[in-house]
Amino acid sequence: MRIAGKGLIDRSEPVTFTFDGTRHHGFKGDTLASALLANGVRLVGRSFKYHRPRGILTAGPEEPNAMVEVLDNGSQTPNTRATVQEIYEGMAAQSQNRWPSLRFDVMAVNDLAAPFLGAGFYYKTFMWPRAFWEGLYEPLIRRAAGLGTLKPHHEPASYEKAFAFCDLLVIGSGPAGLMAALTAAQNGADVILAEQDSVLGGRLVAEANALGADWLTATLAELKSLPNVRLMPRTTVVGAYDQGTYAALERVGLHLPNQPHLPRECFWRIVASQAILATGALERPIAFSNNDRPGIMLASAAQTYLNRFGVSPGDKVTLFATNDHARTVARQLIAAGVKVVAILDSRSEASSVEDCPVYLNAAITDTAGRRSLTQITGHHAGGDFLIETDCLLMSGGWNPLVNLACHQNARPAWREDIAAFVPQPGMVPGLSAAGSANGAFSTHAALFEGRTTALAALTAMGKPAQAPDLPQAEDAPYRVQALWQVPGKGRAWLDFANDVTVKDVRQSAQEGYSSVEHMKRYTTQGMAPDQGKNSSVGALAVLADATGRGIPETGTTTFRAPFTPVSIGALGAGGQGAGFAPQRYMTSDQASRDRGAPMIEAGLWYRPSYFPKPGETTWRQSCDREVLMVRSAVGVADVSTLGKIDIQGKDAARFLDFVYTNTFSSLPVGRVRYGLMLREDGFVMDDGTTARLGENHYLMTTTTAAAGQVMRHLDFIHQAYCPDFQVRFISVTESWAQFAVAGPLSKMLLNSLLDERLADFPFMSCGEVTVEGVKARLFRISFSGEEGYEIAVPTAYGEALFRDLLAKAETLDGGAYGMEALNVMRIEKGFITHAEIHGRVTAFDIGMAKMVAAKKDCIGKASATRPGLNGPEREQLVGLRCDAAIGAGAHLFTPGDKVERVNDQGYVTSVCYSPTLGTNLALAFLKDGRARHGQRIRLVDHMRKTDVICEVTDPVFLDPEGAKLRA
Amino acid sequence: MRLTCPLCGTRDRREFYYSGSDDYLNRPSEGAPVEAWDDMLHLRVNPAGVTKDLWYHETGCGSWLLVTRNTVTHAVLATELVAARKGGAA
Amino acid sequence: MRYSGWKVITEGLLGNKGWGKAWRDPAPKAEYDAIVIGGGGHGLATAYYLAKNHGLTNIAVLEKGYLGSGNIGRNTTIVRANYFLPGNSEFYSHSLKLWEKLETELNYNVMHSQRGHIILFHSDGQRDAAVRRGNAIVNQGDDAELLSVPQLKEMLPYLDYTQTRFPIYGGLIQRRAGTARHDAVAWGYARAADQLGVDLIQNCEVTGIDTVDGKVTGVQTTRGPIRAKKVGMVVAGRSSQVAAMAGMRLPIESHVLQAFVTEGLKPVIDHVVSYGMGHFYISQSDKGGLVFGGDIDMYSSYASRGNLPMVEHVMEAGMTLMPMLARARVLRSWGGIMDMTPDGSPIIDKTHIDGLFVDAGWNYGGFKAAPASGWCMAHLMATGTSHDVAARFRLDRFRTGHVMDEEGTGSQHNLH
Repeated sequence: MRIAGKGLIDRSEPVTFTFDGTRHHGFKGDTLASALLANGVRLVGRSFKYHRPRGILTAGPEEPNAMVEVLDNGSQTPNTRATVQEIYEGMAAQSQNRWPSLRFDVMAVNDLAAPFLGAGFYYKTFMWPRAFWEGLYEPLIRRAAGLGTLKPHHEPASYEKAFAFCDLLVIGSGPAGLMAALTAAQNGADVILAEQDSVLGGRLVAEANALGADWLTATLAELKSLPNVRLMPRTTVVGAYDQGTYAALERVGLHLPNQPHLPRECFWRIVASQAILATGALERPIAFSNNDRPGIMLASAAQTYLNRFGVSPGDKVTLFATNDHARTVARQLIAAGVKVVAILDSRSEASSVEDCPVYLNAAITDTAGRRSLTQITGHHAGGDFLIETDCLLMSGGWNPLVNLACHQNARPAWREDIAAFVPQPGMVPGLSAAGSANGAFSTHAALFEGRTTALAALTAMGKPAQAPDLPQAEDAPYRVQALWQVPGKGRAWLDFANDVTVKDVRQSAQEGYSSVEHMKRYTTQGMAPDQGKNSSVGALAVLADATGRGIPETGTTTFRAPFTPVSIGALGAGGQGAGFAPQRYMTSDQASRDRGAPMIEAGLWYRPSYFPKPGETTWRQSCDREVLMVRSAVGVADVSTLGKIDIQGKDAARFLDFVYTNTFSSLPVGRVRYGLMLREDGFVMDDGTTARLGENHYLMTTTTAAAGQVMRHLDFIHQAYCPDFQVRFISVTESWAQFAVAGPLSKMLLNSLLDERLADFPFMSCGEVTVEGVKARLFRISFSGEEGYEIAVPTAYGEALFRDLLAKAETLDGGAYGMEALNVMRIEKGFITHAEIHGRVTAFDIGMAKMVAAKKDCIGKASATRPGLNGPEREQLVGLRCDAAIGAGAHLFTPGDKVERVNDQGYVTSVCYSPTLGTNLALAFLKDGRARHGQRIRLVDHMRKTDVICEVTDPVFLDPEGAKLRA
Repeated sequence: MRLTCPLCGTRDRREFYYSGSDDYLNRPSEGAPVEAWDDMLHLRVNPAGVTKDLWYHETGCGSWLLVTRNTVTHAVLATELVAARKGGAA
Repeated sequence: MRYSGWKVITEGLLGNKGWGKAWRDPAPKAEYDAIVIGGGGHGLATAYYLAKNHGLTNIAVLEKGYLGSGNIGRNTTIVRANYFLPGNSEFYSHSLKLWEKLETELNYNVMHSQRGHIILFHSDGQRDAAVRRGNAIVNQGDDAELLSVPQLKEMLPYLDYTQTRFPIYGGLIQRRAGTARHDAVAWGYARAADQLGVDLIQNCEVTGIDTVDGKVTGVQTTRGPIRAKKVGMVVAGRSSQVAAMAGMRLPIESHVLQAFVTEGLKPVIDHVVSYGMGHFYISQSDKGGLVFGGDIDMYSSYASRGNLPMVEHVMEAGMTLMPMLARARVLRSWGGIMDMTPDGSPIIDKTHIDGLFVDAGWNYGGFKAAPASGWCMAHLMATGTSHDVAARFRLDRFRTGHVMDEEGTGSQHNLH
C-alpha cells in the first residue's frame, strides 16, 4: 500500500513491470520489493528445503527470502534479490524454486515430511541399495534442491573490470561514512566513497529523522563538488585483500532496460592506503514458532519501505521488539497513518509509546496464515494473547556488519553490553571501523567515529588532519536485552534461506556436532545466499545455550569473501570467447591465411597447419605433398615463434657454459651449436641452437613453448649465482621475423633474393646478409634434415620477405609448408620437441648424456647423476616403424605379456606417416630401449582401439649420417 | 597482494612470478654431497611466519627479488634485489 | 546406533530426540598403543583402518581443533583415479575402490556420486597426452574413454565450442569418477572409528614429540603428555611444523589453494569438468551450488585465504569455457593449505625416528586419496612395512631422483 507524500521515489515517472506474468505499476526509485509491497503482493518466493511460502524480510542485499529470476534478452538472472533490484520500464521477473506455480507448489509436501528431513538426515539414509544413489536418490535430491535456474546459454551481455587507486576508501555512506569522507576530503585526501545502494545516505535515508534532509543534501553536494572525491553508488565492496586491495562490484546496467552499450556490472580492484569500514549494522530477526510467514519483516526494513519508498508493509502492523528501535518505527508508522496494533516488548521494563499499546515480558509462541500472516499468539505480562495482524515487525537488536574486517582471518570480539560482535582494531591492516559497524549505534556516535577514524587515517598517511564540525544529532543510548529464541513447540527459523530451525541446531549439538563449524556444516546454517547475515549470531547463541558454553567461547564461523555474492560474469570479465588469453600473430599470418592455411594454436601463437592446394581434400594430402616438396625442391616456413634471446658481454661465453650442458666458449664466431639445457633438478628443460655472432655476442634460440621460462631461468642464474659476470641479455623474439628455407634448392632460392650470392656457408654457420638492402641474419641450421637455412629480418620486413620467399619458391616447384609437414620431417630425422622433452625426461633418456660436459659445472649437472635419472629401468628414446597407422599416447608391451600396468614398457610420444619412407613412424620411450633396436614390441592403444606389433629402431629414420644437411 | 620492487615501486602481485624459498640461493659447489642438493632443491623449513622467498618481476624490470614476508598474515616486510644482496656473488 | 531410512522415520516420529552422539568426547588416556596426530580425513581414516584392518583399538586421534577442520572440509570434493605414472596409478585406483564401498563400510552416506569426470583437451599434443593417460588408466584396470566433440556436445551442451580462445578438441572421461560430500567423509570415518573404540580427542594440540634413543615414546599436548610407541603424523597443511618437533625438515612447501561455490541453482552441470588450458574444474553439488577451483595462488602461505589474481583467472577460464556461468554468483570463496612436494606426489613413509611415521605432501590430491591414504598409513604403522600400492611414496625419493612428476614441471614445489 502506497502512502501519499512519503518517500524518495519519483512519482512523476511511473514504471510498469511484471511479476510471474502479472502487470504491476511502480515508480522510478522503487526496488522490485518495494513495488511489490506497494501492489499488495506478499508471497514472493519459496524456501529452499520445505518450500514454505515466503515474503520479504529485509530491504537490502541480505534478503534471504525474496529471490527471483529477472528475464532479459532470452536469458535470465537467477537468485536476484527483489530488495536490491531496481525496477525499470518493461522489467519482467518471475518466482523460482516452485512448480507448477508460486501459489501451488507441489514440493511444499516436504513441509509435511519435515520431521524426517531434519539436520543431516541425508547422511543416515539413501545408502541401500547402493546403485540407487546415482540412479534414483541423488537425481531426486538434485531436482528438489537448488534455487533459481541458470539457462545453459552463452552470455549475451558484457561485463567490465577496472582498477582504482585512492588514499582513503570509505565503505558505506551512512552518517559514519559520510563524515569520514567529508573529513578526509576537506583535508585534501583522494577519497573513494563506495555505497552498495543506489542512493547515498545509508540509514539516514531510511530513518528520515536522524539528521534532517538538509545535512545529507548539503554534504552530498559538497562531496560531489570536490575533485578529490569519487562517489560510487551501487558499488558493494565485497572483499578485503592484502596490501590495501579491495574488491568491489558496481551494478552498472542492471537497473536499466536493455542498454547494449553498457556493461551489466563492473568488477573493481580498489587499492587504498587506508580504508574505513562504515557498513552499518543489520537488524536481527527473532526465532519463534513459524516466524517465517509472508508478512513477517524486520522493523528496520519496514522503516525503509515507509520512509524511502512511501510504502506501508501492512494494514494492521504489530511489532515484536527486544530494544527501543521498534518505538521509533511505530511512531513513524502511526504518523504516516498506518494502524499499529501493538508493540510486544520482550523486556520487563520499557518506555511507552503514544497511540499504541506496549506489552512487556512479551513472547510470540505461534503465528498463522498459510500464504500471508493473519494472526499471532503468545503471552505477555498481562496473560495470553491472540492478535489479528497482517504484518509483524521483528526488532531483535543489531549486528554490526563486521564481515570485511574478518576477511583476513581475524575474529570479531563479543560485546556483552550490546549483545553483538564488533571488529577489533588491526584485523585488516589499514582498515578501521566506524559507526554502527563498530557497535556505535547513535547518529551522533556514528558521525563522531567517522570523523575520528578519518583523522587517524589522515595522520597515518602523513596528511594534514583538521577536524570539521559535527552536526547536532540524536545520541540515544541503545538498550537491548538479547532474545535468541522464544521457547515453543513449533519450528522457529534461524536461517530462512536454508530452512534451518532452532531444533536443527539443538539436534546438531545433541549428536556431537557441537563446534560452531560442525553445527554450520551439519545443519547448513549460514551457507545460504545470505551467508548467515540474518542468522549466524542467533544460531551460535542457540548452540551456546545447547552446549552450555558462552557465546564468545562458541565463537563465529569464518567470514569469507565475497561480502555479497558476485557474478562470475563480472569476476571473469573479459574472459569470454577469445579474451581469456592474448593472441600472438606472426608477420606471415595474413599471407598464410590468404593461402587458405588453417591456423592452429601453438601456445599463445597461431601457426599454419598446412597450405592446401586445389584438389586436396584432407590435411594428409597437403602434408605429404609439402614434405616431398621440401625433400625434392624447397620449402619455406615461418619459425618466428621460437624464443630468441640476445646475449652480450665479456662473460657471455662463460655464462652460456654454465647454462648449457655443453660448451659454448669454444664455439667459433660465425658458427652455431645445438645446446641442451637442464633444470637444476637434472631433467631436460629445453633445447635449441645458439649462434656466436661476435666475440662477446650470442643469439640463443629456445623452443616456442619454453621461451618465457628460459628467459626467467637465465635472469635467475645471472642475478643469483653470477651477478659479477659481465653479461646482459634481452628477449628479441618479437624483434625478428625468422623463416626456415629448406630443401635441396634452398641455396638457389636464397641466392635469388640476397643482395650478394652466398659464398662458402657450411652447415652450422651464421652471418649477416642483406636482402634488398635490409640487414638480415642467416643461419645454416635444419630441423627438416635437408640443406636448410633460417633467415631473420627485423619484424617490420617479415611479411614482405615471406611473400617474396614464397613467390620465388613457387618458381622452383617449392612453396610454403606448415606445422604438420614440419612435424613429419623432424620425426623422420628423430629430432625431439616438447612432445619428447615433457619435463620428466633426462639427457640419459634421449641419448645425450655425453652432451653433459665433464670439464665444467653447469645447471643441473649434479642432479642429473642421481640414480633415479639413469639406468636400464628408465624409458629411452627409440624409433618405431609400423605398417599400420598408430597414434601417440599408445603404451608398449613385450609381445606375449599381459596388457596391464606392471608390464608396461613405455609409450609413444610422436607419430607420423612418412611419405619419404612410405611407412608409419613413431618416436617412443621404451624401457632399456637403446638395447632393444631391432626387436618387436606390441603397441596397445585402448583409447583409439589399436593393437599392433612394431619394430624398434634408432630414432633417426632418415639420413643418419647427415649427408643431406651438409650438402 | 602488492609487492614493492626496489626498481619499479609498489606493484600488483600479478606482475610477479614466484619460485619459492631463498634456499635456491644456496647453490652447492661442484662435488658437494647429495644432501647439499637435497637441501637446496627439496627440503624446506617452510615456516608459518616470517620467511624469505624469491619473486621475479616478470612483467616489469626482470629483477629477481628476495622478499621477507609473513606466510600467515601476508605482510611484506622487506624486498631487495637478489643481484645486490650481500655476499651474493657465486 | 545404526543409521538407516527406517531409523530416520522412527526417530522423526518420536521428535528426533533419540539420536545419540556421533562420537564420544573422551579425555586422553596416559598411554595408547598408537597415536595419530591429525583428525582430518586422512588421520581419521588411518585410525579407522588401524582398528578395522589391524585390530589396534587402543589408539587415539589427536586433533588441534575440531574433527575435519583441515582440508577435508575445504576442497572441491572430486574423486577420481586418473593418474598415469606408476606409483600414483595403483594408489588412486585402490582409493577409488574403497570409495565405492564407503557408505556401506562406514554406515554413513558420504554421497559418493560417480557422475563422471571429463578432462578437456585443446590441441593435438594435449590429445596425445590424454590418450597416454587414458591408456595408463585402463592398463591399471580402471576406466577411461576418449570423447569426440560431437559426444561432448551431447553431454556438455553449454560449453563454448565456437568462440572460446582455445578450441575444444575432445575429452577424456572417467565414468567412475565423481564427487562426494566432503565433511561427511570425515564424520563417517570419525563415527566408525569411534564405534571401534578409537579415542577421538579434539582441541588437543600436539606441542612436542618425545623420543629416546632414536625411538618415539609419546607426544606432548595441550592436554598433557601422552605415551605411545607408534606415532603417525597425518597433518597435511601443518606437516612442516609437526615434523619440526621431531627435528625434521620435509620436502614440502605450503601453499594456498582457493575454491569457490555459487548460490544454489537447479541442476545444470551433471559431470565434473576440467579445462585443459588453465586450471579450472567445476561440478555441481547436490544442494545446487557450482563448486569450482583452479590453481594455487603460487606463493607460500598458511593464511587459508587467497588473493584476487587467481580468483579472476579462474573466473576468466570459466567464462571462456562455459559462458553461461556469467549469471551465476559466487557465494563464497575459501582457501585450503596444500603440502606441495617437489614432484607433486605424496609421502607415506617411516622417518629416521623409530616408530614415527609420516603421511603428508598431498598437493592438490588429498581428498580423493583419503581412504587409501588411511588404509596404507594404517598398514605402515601396524606392520612397519609399506603397503604395495604406496610403496613409491618414499621420503628419500627426491634425493635419489625416483620422482613421480605427473605435471613434468620439475622440483619447484609450487608448480605441481
